[in-house]
Amino acid sequence: MTPLWTHFVLNVAQVVFLLVFAPLVEGVLHRLEEIIQGKSGISVWQTYRDIGKLFAKDEVISEESTWVFRFAPIVAFVMPLFVVLLIPALTKFPLFFAFMGDMVAVGFLMAVSGFFVALAGMDTGNVYAAVGASRTHMVGFLAEPVFIMVFFSVSYVANSTIPYFVNATWGASWASMFQPSHLLIVLAFFLLILADEGRIPVDSPAGKVEIAMIGHSKGLEYSGSSAALMKWGGAMKLMVLALVFVNVLVTPWGLSAHAQWGAILAAVGLVLLKLLAFVVVLALVETSLAKLRLFRIPEFLAVAFIICLFAVSVRLVGIA
Amino acid sequence: MVAVSSTALALDGSVAGLFVVFGLGVMVSRQMLASLYFFMWQSVALTASALVLADALDAINLLWVAIITFVTKVIAVPLVLRWAAGQAIYGRREVDQALSIPASVLVAAVLALVGWFAVAPTLPFLHTAPFAHLNLPTGLIMVLWGAFTVALRRESVAQLMGLLIMENGAFFGSIAIVHNLAVIAEIAAAVDVPIVALVIGLLIRNIRRVTGSTRVGALDRLHER
Repeated sequence: MTPLWTHFVLNVAQVVFLLVFAPLVEGVLHRLEEIIQGKSGISVWQTYRDIGKLFAKDEVISEESTWVFRFAPIVAFVMPLFVVLLIPALTKFPLFFAFMGDMVAVGFLMAVSGFFVALAGMDTGNVYAAVGASRTHMVGFLAEPVFIMVFFSVSYVANSTIPYFVNATWGASWASMFQPSHLLIVLAFFLLILADEGRIPVDSPAGKVEIAMIGHSKGLEYSGSSAALMKWGGAMKLMVLALVFVNVLVTPWGLSAHAQWGAILAAVGLVLLKLLAFVVVLALVETSLAKLRLFRIPEFLAVAFIICLFAVSVRLVGIA
Repeated sequence: MVAVSSTALALDGSVAGLFVVFGLGVMVSRQMLASLYFFMWQSVALTASALVLADALDAINLLWVAIITFVTKVIAVPLVLRWAAGQAIYGRREVDQALSIPASVLVAAVLALVGWFAVAPTLPFLHTAPFAHLNLPTGLIMVLWGAFTVALRRESVAQLMGLLIMENGAFFGSIAIVHNLAVIAEIAAAVDVPIVALVIGLLIRNIRRVTGSTRVGALDRLHER
């Protein structure tokens, strides 16, 4: 195959990898949390079954809603697929979309999907969805400075915001892995994932009470295939963020260095193992913390911000 | 200058980063018990830094420092506090603050910068101590933050945590500069800490017995009939 075709096939492989394994990552996360909480629980394949069932069902759409409501699930489904083209999901070497956008573009694509989902929440006139949308944006506004600081510190340390370069910078040696700024960025980014994904302590994904929800009340009006797309898209968003976290920031190893099928398959296995480790940590954090009150969330994000500020100043002052 | 590997430097830097993050946790955590746990984790970070330095500098004394730190701060201090002021610390309570947490976090950031720039002029004289440029500013930051915590919190137990992280900071800075003290001096310095915890713990118990609370912030006004 010519290099162009190889890259194309690898890009498709990344997308398929995300599509196929995202529900599994979510299922394993739920299962682990249930094991820790001592519940008998559902199978790890439940998310696949839910998605399949929802695709087979009829869809009910409010008469009050507009095109935004129908469009949002598609955006929420497609954006993680775009993002995975920009990040090192399976290969260490950049594929041809790698230079189309950097980590800021990743943030932008995520924000577009968040924006449409929030609009769709308000579109139906459901009061709880509107409350959820405005709360999500409150958290979003507070998380924004932290995101910018993370990008700034990443680019300052790695001299680039292209995820492949960042991966290569930190994977270069043990000395660069143990840099204090690296560790602090990892911590801050983990807090950001908790806030952005609406996990405990910011929001409770398993909550069933609309009035207490932050992000999860926005999709309540969806049914049928739209609900399936939202669910699948949500699972893929979690997996994409986890991929950025494990492949770019925490453990920049285990990716395929050549375009050979054996190496790619080994990378699939290793990346899944890394995701499993991430999910275990996430499940432990989620089950050991209590949800914060809404007005305590600024404190949570202020701490993430200060950690980022340290990461930058540690480099800036030239201490390490 | 002793040659040390860049991995050891980076590792110590990361430990220093964690040390600062745990110090931040002591300062901003709302729950009493969380604050104590952050202090214990910070002491673990101090132990880790002493171990890294002991390995990199071949200093057997620092190994002693690590063991003594772990025993006194991670094991003895919580035990002493439980004995002296059990309910005041192990009850589930929130802590009052003089400033809101985001504001105090900002002040902490400024203090951190002050710490860094205050140490910067001394670093050229410390070229014989390879880890000083990491440990000294970190230690000074923690001393400043401890003082700030004592001023910020309106609760005697949390103020005690401020004192303890000041002590941790002083240790963190000093192990990089002086690592050939006699072990007896290290023991003397470290045994101070449980004694401080004991004295203040008893004081807290007495305050609690007399006033029914440990919120010393409320004691600054005269209660006149």
